[in-house]
Amino acid sequence: MSAAHAELRAASAEVRPHWWRLLPSRVWTFWVVELYRIRHDRTELYTRAIQPALWLVIFGETFNRLRVIPTGGLPYLDYMAPGIIAQSGLFIAIFYGIQIIWERDAGVLAKLLATPTPRVALVSGKAFAAGLRAAIQSVIVFALSALLGVSMNWNPLHLAAAVLVVMVGSAFFSTLSMTIAGVVLSRERLMGIGQALTMPLFFASNALYPVHVMPGWLQALSVVNPLSYEVEALRGILVGTPANLLLDGLVLAAALVAGVTASSTLLGRLAR
Amino acid sequence: MSEVARRPFAETVPTPAVECRELSHRFGSVQALDGVEFVVGSGEVFGLLGPNGAGKTTTIRVLVTLLRPDRGTVRVFGLDVVHNAMAVRRAIGYVPQQLSADQSLSGYENVWLFARLFDVPRAQLRSRVQEALALMGLEEAAHRPVATYSGGMVRRLELAQALVNRPRLLVLDEPTIGLDPVARAGVWQRVQELRARTGMTVLLTTHYMDEADRLCDRLALMHRGRVVALDTPARLKQSLGRTATLDDVFRHYTGSQLEESGSFRDVRSTRRTARRLG
Ligand SMILES: Nc1ncnc2c1ncn2[C@@H]1O[C@H](COP(=O)(O)OP(=O)(O)OP(=O)(O)O)[C@@H](O)[C@H]1O
Ligand SMILES: [Mg+2]
Repeated sequence: MSAAHAELRAASAEVRPHWWRLLPSRVWTFWVVELYRIRHDRTELYTRAIQPALWLVIFGETFNRLRVIPTGGLPYLDYMAPGIIAQSGLFIAIFYGIQIIWERDAGVLAKLLATPTPRVALVSGKAFAAGLRAAIQSVIVFALSALLGVSMNWNPLHLAAAVLVVMVGSAFFSTLSMTIAGVVLSRERLMGIGQALTMPLFFASNALYPVHVMPGWLQALSVVNPLSYEVEALRGILVGTPANLLLDGLVLAAALVAGVTASSTLLGRLAR
Repeated sequence: MSEVARRPFAETVPTPAVECRELSHRFGSVQALDGVEFVVGSGEVFGLLGPNGAGKTTTIRVLVTLLRPDRGTVRVFGLDVVHNAMAVRRAIGYVPQQLSADQSLSGYENVWLFARLFDVPRAQLRSRVQEALALMGLEEAAHRPVATYSGGMVRRLELAQALVNRPRLLVLDEPTIGLDPVARAGVWQRVQELRARTGMTVLLTTHYMDEADRLCDRLALMHRGRVVALDTPARLKQSLGRTATLDDVFRHYTGSQLEESGSFRDVRSTRRTARRLG
């Protein structure tokens, strides 16, 4: 046996981290890869800023004047900005499953699954990558809000907490998307379902108006809608409305765990 | 037997790189594998041949732990691919049939990703990524987006991704499919250099008889989910007469089943590869 071969043997026998160390390691890896992707194509960040800008400028400014929505004394634009921040993350995350279907079709998923990466770690890595993209997007929406004169709490700690909430919320919605991807197995159907889902998720939430003005059945939907908890937390952190931050955090974390479990279970269908 | 007596024996007869026994798998009504048997010795370059739909890719997917077989066992360096999947993955570098590098990243970033997924220690990360890229002659192009790579370069990049972990077994599913003759030669030259330097075991599939003939130590010919012939290229040819070529061997064992056994799925995935190359 040559010396080089011996060296190779040594190499494949090296570090074998425990599974509980694999998870953070993989999440970090997919974060960095997502940053690489963003660096290569920054235009997507800007084009995705158009829609929230339009919501804030057109819808926000109009309703700011109309004053028909009971916001508890807040200017409507201030009330709405956290909702739009959550929405921009939702729109990114809900189509994230398309990437995993594309990776399946291109053979990339097979290669990823053939590495020593447990499925839960792979899905978590992808979910937090989506969360990171949404968080970076949210910074742009923060900036837009500042330009429009929204008076939010600009304390760096509060902003950091808000970015964290966006990251976890969006990570959850991306696992929802990957779960649907594992069920429908096709890009077209996932696009269709994603589009059909965003509207009810958005309107059956407290993003644009308080829950108590909704009809009863919509209120019921809002209670089981993780977006409502995300918005409540963001609003509490950024504009100081009353919020049960502990409950919001628990609901988002539990939703994320459930989403990771569901999508990693269904990942096998994509890999088949 | 005493410890002393056992040891020299263990060193002269190393564990085979791959041991595949009675491997069967069914997709719905299609019996893709029907009792596949073969053994790949450590350090061999071993070729799987066979018409479209013969079961080559399915065998490989079991071997790299992506597919759980219905029946039979596969061991990689003595490790069972079902029960020891994580350890098997650490020993294997795998390049699938499709061209599958991430177009939205650079070559360097593609290899970096796999270095991380194989837990290459942080201190070695940079040098190992560069080493793998250099082995495949991609230093110059390393920081260009993969979208600008030619088909041959993408294939070499995928080899770099598979090699960054310094695997003991390299598994290549049609490494030269859809490449022009120059790119094919480039890929092969790199694989041969690598093998000369490291003695790495290589398991590959190919449809090119000339490649199989020149580059593989031994070949297994698959047909309808079974291994129908297995030997060195020279002996396979000899068995059919002095002037026989490997094409003759292929035809002898598989008949003219080429068209009817391949499914639409195979054609579709090949087309996709072709489009990505074009
Ligand atoms: N995921 C799948 N679902 C259903 N059938 C499949 C699947 N994968 C393979 N098959 C079928 O199993 C058989 C063996 O396919 P396999 O891909 O292993 O052949 P192959 O020898 O690699 O062919 P090729 O040379 O075209 O790559 C074929 O009939 C194929 O249609
Ligand atoms: Mg194949």
